[in-house]
Formats: sequence, structure tokens, C-alpha cells
Amino acid sequence: MSDTLLKTIFGRLTLDSFPIHEPIVLATFVVVALLGGALVAALTYYRVWTYLWHEWFTSVDHKRIGIMYMVLGLVMFLRGFADAIMMRGQQAMAFGQNEGYLNAHHYDQVFTAHGVIMIFFVAMPLVTGLMNYVVPLQIGARDVSFPFLNNFSFWMTASGAVITMASLFVGEFARTGWLAMAPLSGLDYSPDVGVDYYIWALQIAGVGTLLSGVNLIATIVKMRAPGMTMFKIPIFTWSALVTNVLIVAAFPVLTAVLAMLSLDRYVGTNFFTNTGGGNPMMYVNMIWIWGHPEVYILILPAFGVFSEVVSTFSGKRLFGYTSMVYALIVICILAYLVWLHHFFTMGSGATVNSFFGITTMIISIPTGAKIFNWLFTMYRGRIRFELPMMWAVAFMVTFTIGGMTGVLLAVPPADFQLHNSLFLVAHFHNVIIGGVLFGMFAGLNYWFPKAFGFKLDHKWGARSFWLWVVGFYVAFMPLYVLGLMGVTRRLRHFDDTTLQPWFIVAGVGALLIAGGIACMMMQFFVSWRNREVLRDHTGDPWDGRTLEWATSSPPPAYNFAFTPVIRDLDAWYDMKSQKVEQPTEGYYAIHMPCNTWAGIVLAGIATVFGLAMIWYIWWLAALSLVALIATAIVHTFNYDRDFHIPVEDIRRGEDARTESLARAGV
Amino acid sequence: MSSAADQAFHAAPDSHDDHGHDDHGGAPHGSRRGYVTGFLLSVVLTAIPFALVMTGVIADARITAGIVIAAAVVQIVVHMIYFLHMSTKSEEGWTMMALIFTIIVVVITISGSIWVMYNMNTNMMPGMGPDTATMTSGGM
Amino acid sequence: MDATTPPGAEEKPVFYELEEHPHPPGASTLFGFWLYLMSDCLIFAMLFAAYAVYGNSTAGGPGAAELFELPLVATNTAMLLLSSITYGFAMIATDEKRQGATIGWLGVTALFGAAFLAIELYEFSHLIHEGAGPQRSAFLSSFFLLVGTHGLHVTFGLIWLAVLVVQVLRRGLEPANVRRLQCLSLFWHFLDVIWIGVFTFVYLMGVLK
Repeated sequence: MSDTLLKTIFGRLTLDSFPIHEPIVLATFVVVALLGGALVAALTYYRVWTYLWHEWFTSVDHKRIGIMYMVLGLVMFLRGFADAIMMRGQQAMAFGQNEGYLNAHHYDQVFTAHGVIMIFFVAMPLVTGLMNYVVPLQIGARDVSFPFLNNFSFWMTASGAVITMASLFVGEFARTGWLAMAPLSGLDYSPDVGVDYYIWALQIAGVGTLLSGVNLIATIVKMRAPGMTMFKIPIFTWSALVTNVLIVAAFPVLTAVLAMLSLDRYVGTNFFTNTGGGNPMMYVNMIWIWGHPEVYILILPAFGVFSEVVSTFSGKRLFGYTSMVYALIVICILAYLVWLHHFFTMGSGATVNSFFGITTMIISIPTGAKIFNWLFTMYRGRIRFELPMMWAVAFMVTFTIGGMTGVLLAVPPADFQLHNSLFLVAHFHNVIIGGVLFGMFAGLNYWFPKAFGFKLDHKWGARSFWLWVVGFYVAFMPLYVLGLMGVTRRLRHFDDTTLQPWFIVAGVGALLIAGGIACMMMQFFVSWRNREVLRDHTGDPWDGRTLEWATSSPPPAYNFAFTPVIRDLDAWYDMKSQKVEQPTEGYYAIHMPCNTWAGIVLAGIATVFGLAMIWYIWWLAALSLVALIATAIVHTFNYDRDFHIPVEDIRRGEDARTESLARAGV
Repeated sequence: MSSAADQAFHAAPDSHDDHGHDDHGGAPHGSRRGYVTGFLLSVVLTAIPFALVMTGVIADARITAGIVIAAAVVQIVVHMIYFLHMSTKSEEGWTMMALIFTIIVVVITISGSIWVMYNMNTNMMPGMGPDTATMTSGGM
Repeated sequence: MDATTPPGAEEKPVFYELEEHPHPPGASTLFGFWLYLMSDCLIFAMLFAAYAVYGNSTAGGPGAAELFELPLVATNTAMLLLSSITYGFAMIATDEKRQGATIGWLGVTALFGAAFLAIELYEFSHLIHEGAGPQRSAFLSSFFLLVGTHGLHVTFGLIWLAVLVVQVLRRGLEPANVRRLQCLSLFWHFLDVIWIGVFTFVYLMGVLK
């Protein structure tokens, strides 16, 4: 009797759902709880909660939201990397008699969580954060098209991250690999909450990603400064445009396929089951229709960063701008024509496989063209090897290697050998670390002074750079070798002890990367401590070429007191060469959107809804769904969504900048 | 900026007020005649396929299918023009661009999925027939 | 200051707009909403793809030809089509700033929409009673998901419509409300376009097979 009552109230949630019997998880929980508790205590002690709430959590300023995305991405990166180093440790020791320190149940969750977190809650927030921060500045806009949606999108992404993290301490995460392939992810083989955590984390974060995609496309299309025609858009913004087009056209596919999977699990439909006419391969097919464009969603913004960085630090206009743009557009279409190369072995036959093999090889042509454009931009330039440029050069070398192993995998007969092997694992880490992550680090070092007003420390940055790059090669080159020898991925234990040295080398590589991450944290700390020395008074610390460097560092809330007029692709370079000065009078009140509570509240309710669905707490799910709709409706009754920044405030801010420029001698 | 678009849509009586130089809203407006025309065309284009299938006047199912699909495509275009007010000019052509891109992706994903799954079924489960029939007719 | 001379002075280029660049609030709304609709269209594309692939995977259960009743579908289609034209009349009334007529036509639209939903729910319950529920086979799973998702959109549209009626009653046909009516118009007609695909490929082609 009371049992049914408990079930009604708590669903599947029981005391056994808390993994107190797993020492590793328990220790992690204690550490997280202590650190989190310390953070909360510190924030309370210094009374910054109201500041955070008013200035950050409810902010609709694209710059603040961009920074929050970056913080989310970097924090989740630590979690994802912890998973990585656990796997490297396990695989380095679990040979022969030695079972390692992770049991299968735990190990399977670790590699799943690693993949999910690194893609959805590290790479995506970093990419979205950079685009959010930089795009409106580069096009001379005051904010994005839909500032409230922007805030809401961020919190939905954060909500997905929270749900994923919750699985560490309550219940378990999926044990299916990062794409939760059916039928393994079906109810028959994964009856526990793991896959449900996976589904709801991704669905909720997916809403945020999709809306932020819509938002940035509308911003780039509708909010450009006068004179900025399509072929005067800075290349990073172009890559952001193409990326967001891919987001808007790919994420609905993920939503649909996950909806089908959840119906299979919750309602008992037969989409991906082995019985009742279902077909698990349809899941594979559909999830890769999303999955392949997703790869380009991650890499294109990195390409954009490198284009800006290479051009700035070579002191030259970007070589082949037009061809860069066309390459982006071609990639945008081709990204939808190659998905089957992820499952050549499914058995679609020679015709299908050769079609997708050929399209895959074709897509390397525009990518190769971009590499050559960067090289030609550097050719005869005055190259300054600042940190962003160092990352860019490391990227070009590393990404080219990764790209070439990708072309190897695109050959169907070769893929039949290499499919699901460590060769594949090495390949995609080669392009994602060497491409996306290096790109994000380049972007971070490049735009950090814009966002915070001081440069990042070079010495610690260089240390981090070298440890990262060397660590990457040491960690992943052995995996290529192992893959060629036929070692499959996701193994917890090996019988063949002759393989062990390779895994130990890979483990050493992971430790070097850990050193790189430590140096990066040190870099942030040292830069913050020395911020007065590293201060950027001009707003243009790198002798930049695009509009974001035309305003102060950090930019005022309204970005530009006067909307710039664009005559040239490198608009800021053009202004500097014409010795343009911004007017120092004639300011006017600027129309800006108000902050709002709605985003964080809606995302909070969505989190509750997700958790209720995961644990089968139906009353709470129904309640939170109704609350979600009601809150959204209440929000639409608020019509007073903007205000004017008074002229006096603008004059004060702009006068300070004029003074700062004069002091810097510009 | 979008003065051409303005003129095109403002042919409709007193449709727009003073939006200034930038008709960013760019909301194209329909006229009563436009809606009624679209409605009548839709009624005809709905009635024909339903009548054909329900009465079975054409013996050859493939010809019926062809007509039914053709009517659907035409009706979608009718709705796009008369109800959704699509034109190459609204929002400086960006809505049309978005639509064309979407259609490309829709065609690729639907036809690609059918092609891929059909080939897999014939290769991996030969003789387990029903899917073969699905693909040929569902293929359109 | 020479670099900021107003337009018209030919010799010096203009680098800053000295007056506020007019970006009226909501200028991007309709375009943004259109982009959302395009993404929604892709959700439906996947559901159509699933239906096409699973169309004959009946697992020994009933198939399309045995289940679908075309007269019912025809009635349903008529309801949706009528709701489309009445929504069109509501938009014309909005353009003419006739608030009462706008609300009246919105009410008629809601009635047709509700009728559509009622008929669809009747059809669903009928199928489930016959033992042809979504769990019966992959074919029925994909049928219920595709048609049900469309129905869910119509339900959402009705809620939205009700909220808008209240907002128009409270604040009149002011710019923000007109913009919202235009968005709902796009949404409503978009659902009609999806329904053309549904009745053609699901019902008519299904019966034809």
C-alpha cells in the first residue's frame, strides 16, 4: 500500500538510486559537493548573488550571454576531461590479470558521458558563446535580433548540462555510447534511467541550440550595419551564418529521432525495436542525418576564427575571401550528402556506399581550399607569433593530418576494416581537438582582451600550448597504430598484453594534456592578477581589422555609440587607414532591451520536467509542463521590454574611452 | 531598401502605414480576393484527388497516384502564394532562400533515407518482401 | 570631425551614422519565425521519412487500406481548409484595423480548428479500439506520430489563438499584437501545407496501395 504511494510520489526514484556503494562516484560527489559548497559560501559571503542575478543571469546582453556560454563550456570541459583521463588510466592498466579500477557498468557510462559532454556541453557552448559574443560586434549591431530568446537559449543549454551532471549522483548515465544506438538504447536492453537522462538532456539543450541558431541567422541577415553587403561580412560572421543555417536545418532531425526513441521507451511503439516491424538501422540512418552536419557545425566557426586570426597576425587581408565564402556555402550543402559514411558497414551495398564515399571525398576539396587560403595569407606576411597565431599554425598541421585520415576512412573497403576501431577514434579526436578545440583556444586568446579589457598572459599560455600540442600527438598517434592493428573502440579490458605499451604512451599523452589544462587555468589566474599590466587601453590590442576592435575593451552595453558605416571588408582597418575618429559629441539615447527573469525560470521548470520524466514522477511532469506553458504565456503579457540608455550615461562612457585612447597615445 | 517589395505589396488597399525607410517588418499582406482565389483553388485541388481515390474511376492506380501527387504539389504552391504570401521579394528574398534551402534538405533526407533503407533491406534481408513494395510506392 | 560629415558631401566618406539607425522592435520577428517554421518543416520531413520507410511494416497487423476511412479524412480536410480562409479574413480585418471583426474571425477559426481536432481524436480512439494502436506495428507507430504531431501543433495553435484573443481585447490591434497575429497566421497556414502532405501521402496513397 505505502509502496504504491511511494511509487506515485517518487516514481522510480528510491534510496538505491543514489550510488553510495560506488566508491569512485562517492568520492567524486564529495569533491564536487565540497567545491560547490565552498563556491556557494564564497558567493554568499561576498554578497554577489544579487549582482549575478541582475547583471548576468537575467541579462539579455549578447556579450554577457556569450561569456556565460564560454564559462559553461570550460566548466563542463573539466568534467569531460576527467572522464577522458579515467578511460586512459583504465586502458593503460587493464591487461591480462589486471581488471583495472573501473567495472564495466561504470566504464560504459564514462565513455558515453565523455562523448556527450564534449560534443553537446563543451564544443557547442564554446562555439555558440564565441558566435554570440563576436557576431553582433563584427556587424556593428547593438544586440542580437531576439535578446530574450538568447538568454532563454543559454539557460536551456545549461539545463541540459545540469541534467547530465545530475546523472552522476542520482541514478546513472547511459551506457550506450554517445549516440545511444538502437536497439541497445531501447527499453529491452537499457531499462534503467541512463538513456532517459540522455534523451531529456539532449532534447532540452537542443531547444536552446535551435533557438540560438534562429536568432543568430536573423541577426546576421537583418541587423548588419549600413554598407555591409553580403560580401563585406567579416569571414567569422560568414562562418557563423553558415553554421547557424546548419543548426536550424539539422537539430530538428535530432529532435525527431530522439522523440521516436522516447516513444519506444515510454509508450511502447515500434520504431527501432527488433519486433513489430521496427528497424534499428533507421535510428542509425536518422541520427547521422543530424550527426554529420553537427560535425560541420562545430568546425566551421573554428575555421572562421582561424581566418580572422591568420589575417590579423599576418598583417594582411585574408587571401581568397570570396573563395572562402563559397567554400563555406558548398560545405553547407555537401554536409547533408555524406551521412552514410558513418555506417558503410550497415550493408546498403556497393551503389549506396560508392555514392557516399565519393561525396565524402568531394567535401575535402573546399576544406583543402581553405587550408591553402590560410597558407597564402601567411605567405609574405609580417607574422606575429602571438598565442592565437600559435594555435592557428598548430591547427593547420594537425587538422591536415586528421583530414587525410578522414579521406582514408571515406574509402568504403578501407572503412570495413577500420570501422569502429581506435583508428576512427584517433581520426575524430584529431579533427575535433586539432580543429574545434584549437580553434576555440585561438578564439579565446584572441577575443579575451576584447571581453575583459586585458590580454592573457603569454608565458603560461605558451606552456599550455606546447603541453597541449605535444600531449595531443603523444595521446592519439598510438591510437592510430592500435586501430590499424584492429583494436576496437570502447574496450574496458584487453587479453593481449603486447598492446599495453601503446596504451601507456597514450596515457602519458593524456597526462601532458592535463598539464596543458593546468597551465591554462594558471594562465587565467596570472592574467587576472597582472591585469593592470596587461590592460588594453585602446580596444584594439592586436592591430585588428574588423569592427569589434573599433569599440572599447570591454565594449559598452550598447556596443557602438554611433552605428558605423561600412565601405570595406576589413572595415576597422579601412577606418584606421583613413584616420577616422569617432565623434565626441552629438550622442543620443540608445534603445535597448530590458533584462528578464523569464529565461532562467522557464529553463528551471524545464529541468524539473526533464527530471520528472526521467524518474517517471508523472504528477510532477504534468505539473511542470502546465507551469512551463503558463509561465510562457504570462511572459507574453509583458509588453514593456525595452528602455533607453540616457544620453548622460553614454557621454560619460564615451568620454572615458576618449580619455583612455588619449592616454594610450592613439 | 525594400521599396520594390513595398510597392508590390502595397497594391493592396491602404495596407501599410508609415514604416519609414526600412520596411523591416516586410510582412506581405493578402487581399480578400487573394484569399478567396487560394481557397477556391485549394478546394478544387483537394476534391480532385479525393474523388479519384474514393470512386476509383481510373483503373490504373499508378496514374491515379501521379495525379494525386501532382495535385498535392500544385496545392502546396497555391498555399505558399495565396496564404503564406511567399514571393521572391519578401524580406529581400531571404524567406524564399530559406524555403529553397529547406526544400533541398527535405528532399535529400527523405529520398536519401528511403534509398538507403531500401538498399539495406534488399541486401540484408532478401526475400523478406513487404518492404520492397513500400519503397517503390512510398518512394515518391 | 571631418570624417563624419553628413551624407551628401562627396569628398569625405561617411564612417558613422550620426543619428539612431532605426531598428524598430520586432523588425526581425517575422523572418525569425519563418526560420523556426523551416526547422519545424524538417521535423515533419523526418516523420514523413519514417512513415515512408515503415509504410508496409505492418507486422501482420492491419494496413492502411483496411484502416483509413476517406470520408472522415475529407471532412477533416474541409475543416482545416475552412479554418485557413477564416484566418485569412481575420488578417484582412486586422489590416483594416477592425478589431471586432478580427476577433470574430479568430473565433470562427478556432471553432473549425477544434472541430478538426475532435474528428482526429475520434479517428484515433476508433483505431485504438479496433486494436490498431501505435504499439501494434511500426507502420502504426509512424502513422500516429506523424498525424499526432500535426494534431499537437494544431492544439498549440489553438492555445496561442486564445491567448492572442485576450491580448487583442486588452490592448487592441497595436503593433506587437499585429505582429503576433501575423506569426500565428504563418503558423496556421504552414500547418495546412503539412496537412496537404499528410492527406496525400498517408491517407490517399495508403488507400490506393
